[in-house]
Amino acid sequence: MYMQKSIAEATVGHIGSRQARVEDAALLQGQGRYADDMATPPGTLQAAVVRSPHAHARIRSVDASRALTMKGVHGVLTGDDVKRWSNPFPVGVRAPMEHWPLAVDKVRYVGEPVCVVIADDRYLAEDALDAVQVEYEPLTPIIDPEAATLNDAPILHEGVGSNVVNERNFRYGDPERAFAEAPHRITLKVQYPRNSCTPIECYVVLAQYLPASETYDVMANFQGPYALHSVMCRALNVPANRLRLRTPPDSGGSFGIKQGVFPYVVLMGLASRKVGAPVKWVEDRLEHLQASSSATNRVCEIEAAVEANGRVTALRYDQIDDCGAYLRAPEPATFYRMHGNLSGAYTIRNLAVRNRVVLTNKMPTGLNRGFGGGQVYFALERLMQHVAAELGLDPLEVIQRNLVPAGVFPYRAAAGALLDSGDYPAAVELARRKGNLDELLQRRDQARAEGRLYGIGYAAVVEPSISNMGYITVAMTPEERQKAGPKNGAVSTATVSVDPLGSVTAHVSSTPQGQGHQTVVAQIISELLGVKLESISVNVELDTGKDAWSIASGNYSSRFSGAVAGSVYNATLKIRERMATIAADMWQVSSTDVRFADGKIFVENGPSQPFHRVAGTTHWSPGLLPEGETGGLRETAFWTPPQLEAPNDQDCINSSLCYGFILDFCGVEIDRVTGQVRIDKYVTTHDAGRILNPMLVEGQILGAYSQALGVALMEEFAYGEDGSFLSGTLADYLIPTAPEVVDPVILHMETPSPFTPLGAKGVGEGNNMSTPVCIANAVADALGRSDIKLPLTPSRVRSMIGIDEPAAPEGLVMDAPKVAGGSALQANDLVEIPAPPQQVFDAILDPETLKAIIPGCHALELESENHYRADVTVGVGMIRARFAARVALTDLDPPHSLRLSGSGNSPMGSATGSAKINLVALENGNTRLEYAYEAAVTGKVAAVGGRMLQSASRVIIGQIFTRLAQRLSGKPIDTSLWQRLRALLGMGGTK
Amino acid sequence: MHVRADQRFPIQIELNGRQREGLAEPRMQLCDFLRHELGTTGVHVGCEHGVCGACTVLVDGVASRSCLMLAVQAHERRIDTVESLSRDNIMNDLQQAFSRHHALQCGFCTAGILMSCVEFLERVPSPDETQVRDMLSGHLCRCTGYTGMVRAVLEVAQQRQETLVENNNDV
Repeated sequence: MYMQKSIAEATVGHIGSRQARVEDAALLQGQGRYADDMATPPGTLQAAVVRSPHAHARIRSVDASRALTMKGVHGVLTGDDVKRWSNPFPVGVRAPMEHWPLAVDKVRYVGEPVCVVIADDRYLAEDALDAVQVEYEPLTPIIDPEAATLNDAPILHEGVGSNVVNERNFRYGDPERAFAEAPHRITLKVQYPRNSCTPIECYVVLAQYLPASETYDVMANFQGPYALHSVMCRALNVPANRLRLRTPPDSGGSFGIKQGVFPYVVLMGLASRKVGAPVKWVEDRLEHLQASSSATNRVCEIEAAVEANGRVTALRYDQIDDCGAYLRAPEPATFYRMHGNLSGAYTIRNLAVRNRVVLTNKMPTGLNRGFGGGQVYFALERLMQHVAAELGLDPLEVIQRNLVPAGVFPYRAAAGALLDSGDYPAAVELARRKGNLDELLQRRDQARAEGRLYGIGYAAVVEPSISNMGYITVAMTPEERQKAGPKNGAVSTATVSVDPLGSVTAHVSSTPQGQGHQTVVAQIISELLGVKLESISVNVELDTGKDAWSIASGNYSSRFSGAVAGSVYNATLKIRERMATIAADMWQVSSTDVRFADGKIFVENGPSQPFHRVAGTTHWSPGLLPEGETGGLRETAFWTPPQLEAPNDQDCINSSLCYGFILDFCGVEIDRVTGQVRIDKYVTTHDAGRILNPMLVEGQILGAYSQALGVALMEEFAYGEDGSFLSGTLADYLIPTAPEVVDPVILHMETPSPFTPLGAKGVGEGNNMSTPVCIANAVADALGRSDIKLPLTPSRVRSMIGIDEPAAPEGLVMDAPKVAGGSALQANDLVEIPAPPQQVFDAILDPETLKAIIPGCHALELESENHYRADVTVGVGMIRARFAARVALTDLDPPHSLRLSGSGNSPMGSATGSAKINLVALENGNTRLEYAYEAAVTGKVAAVGGRMLQSASRVIIGQIFTRLAQRLSGKPIDTSLWQRLRALLGMGGTK
Repeated sequence: MHVRADQRFPIQIELNGRQREGLAEPRMQLCDFLRHELGTTGVHVGCEHGVCGACTVLVDGVASRSCLMLAVQAHERRIDTVESLSRDNIMNDLQQAFSRHHALQCGFCTAGILMSCVEFLERVPSPDETQVRDMLSGHLCRCTGYTGMVRAVLEVAQQRQETLVENNNDV
């Protein structure tokens, strides 16, 4: 193993130094080369995707004929094409569930791809989206994961026959006995929400089908894992060497989310095949938010067997993971990535686990930074806090009582994780001391003495890194695994070469998205070969057609510093050994005496040659090389750790190679009036093994922490009961900005991993696991409550505080509370019309008048008495949609009241609504028209117009009646009159 | 000028100090024009609805979202993008400070953030941390948590003030 100097001793540019990044110069000068910046072949067309406005519907017909006549449109890929040329994606469990890159029979979530329009440019392709006519038969959607498990729930996949597509039960140790013997059983039920780390760059795919060789050549900002290359090949029905998949040099963030590019790699490959030209697709933000990928929402009932002193002897997990509409690879990995370390940082030997995977009408889930960890620790660490609260103990004491002690590593946890190294109690002590916990406790006491809501939360977390590629097979029974053959390991690769002029080039298959891999690779090579860091070129593009790669390649499970950097070290050592042997032969010395430094190869107080001369020999004069030396200088190292074994027959799995340790604590204050949670202080303590570059480690921690603040306080992919997606813009899906991020205090210790070449472990995901629950625990402490749900938005917290709303100012009419459901809207208002009620009543029943007063009405056609078909354009926020609508006038009670209702469908979604109208005769001969309406919208309108719907609907519906007034009076209505009227009638402001 | 929806119009702008011309339909967004017509791919598109800030450029010296502006609106105006900041491949003080403080990771949002910072430091030469964070709130970064950016901007502001004082003393 590599023997490292301490950080303070590390030479500038070498391993362990705070080396500035080699990536920065290009990125800061606008010279990054991201997917959308890459050159396209001449004749490249652009794609846009027709997506489902329904959460659950049968597709009756797809008619692209009108779209095909539009300017610049070259073709439309439909479900029929997809069925002809491809296979459903392979699924990780044994269930007959068909997932195609386009919906073929049913749509199962809002935003599901239905067709692909391919046109000359993106504008024209998007123009044609609305012209593709898809007829749907709406079905009842199922959104709630618990309800989805019930027998009477609507079924997503009839072929499967149930929404529960996988269930496994596990037992480690003797949980029944532990629970029977325990003096306390403490239970908590928690829900973990849907969210996403939302990279700022969306998905990009450039695909070209080459008919002569039946090859799909695709460039995409896919992040791996490359096990999914096999999934894509199966879907495209080609051998792996007929899907050449490449990545661009730079990627605008991913955090797991760009794993979900893979279905679009297949889809755009097929689109290219359809039109016989290269096809490029650039995802937009709405597509990304509603249909790319999401963290898995989980319902977990967790129970602990607890001794009087807070020692936990057993845990029982009963969990439901909601993977959305399809079980998309690598799901159900959210469960199993963490399976080996379900006991967290604790010596809990007895576990009972029931895992159910359920499908609902939401977008499919996938990798998201902290994958599976946020879910597990939200349950486990909330439970530990709850145990302390129930037993009246100090939460940190409960944590400490249960921690894996020092000196027992490597420690085999109950479910099979082999915790590689650490000193957890020392880390807690470090946090307490250097994080000034005592002072924070005093601050809480003082705040509480002043009547403020203040709480302190803790979280102890084991951060796994370098996933075992076999962990996912724990979703299968031992018998099923037997049949399928064992899966295990995590092969990483690195190639180092020295060219004829003596400069060094390295290639790694880690597809970074901003973590600074190139810098660390250069640091390692610089130290080992004694060449200048700036002279080393590191290539991180991955081309499956010619680079070294394997199924574990890619950027996930924090595998770079442990596995990939280790492979770079191994490959560079091979180069160094060969060069040392050549030099030793030349000088007739022992190769162990040969040194590399300052661009020279030398023997201490002996001969010396420039690095490039020795390297050049292998290219220019191979005849001079010692026997056994092949010439050329290029070495590829493959590395897989033996500790990553396949799961055994007892379902024990060492799900990751390394396990870092994190101890967080924080103080929060809650504003009693607004419900806002303010982070007063946050301390995060990390032991991630050897640190290769402290600056990059700090960057990873800060980034993960800030994403986790979003998870804790702001972010949620919200769905209506009808399956509408309600977070379709970055104005609806709120993520932290600079003023919301309170910088944490970061503390480190370094316990090297004995299992990785450099002793390093992963560090990039820990705070995504620890911070949400740490903040939740602080809020639980502040409020003295256990029912904590994320995100802790001001309105949610406020509803928990239970503030007594002060009485409304006199004259203010409050909006009726919002009814449950998607984007339900309701309000009431009135107008005065200068005509008697009978005349008003008759006017509304007159088709000509009706057509004139409905805003955006192009045509109104009588269907039957008082029932019409209408063609109406409505705009909300940034989108406009043309609705095929039905309008009806019912409940006629002339001249007193009637009901005006309408419903319509558009490519942007559907809308329904109805208004009850009362006509009151006034003394001046006029009519007071009072109306109360309810409306609901679904689809794109609901997703992107959320913030504007209430006011937009008020304006649109208000327009109907002002127009009526105008028509009957024959002159424009002075709006200020309405304001005066409102004031007069005590209606105040309508927000 | 009579404008037809499907017709491409010649758009002239002063882009990073040079006169450039390209063609754009009336509906073409400025960001698409800069990237795909004129090749300034340093301008990044993250949301196309004006929230993320990645596409921020200077229009006549004012930081503006190029996704919320049409190319035709930029006709005969001055546009500066991230590509304008360095001279002869030497990064300016702000870019260097971003690197020193690890204020970027994937770099996708950085181009827009730098342009907002450039304008901000001209308007507010001696900002405090609250002002810097407030200015940065017009941008979304998912990688860094903003810490490095705040440090970088504050440091550059201070350095520039010190240089100013030194220069004044010299005079």
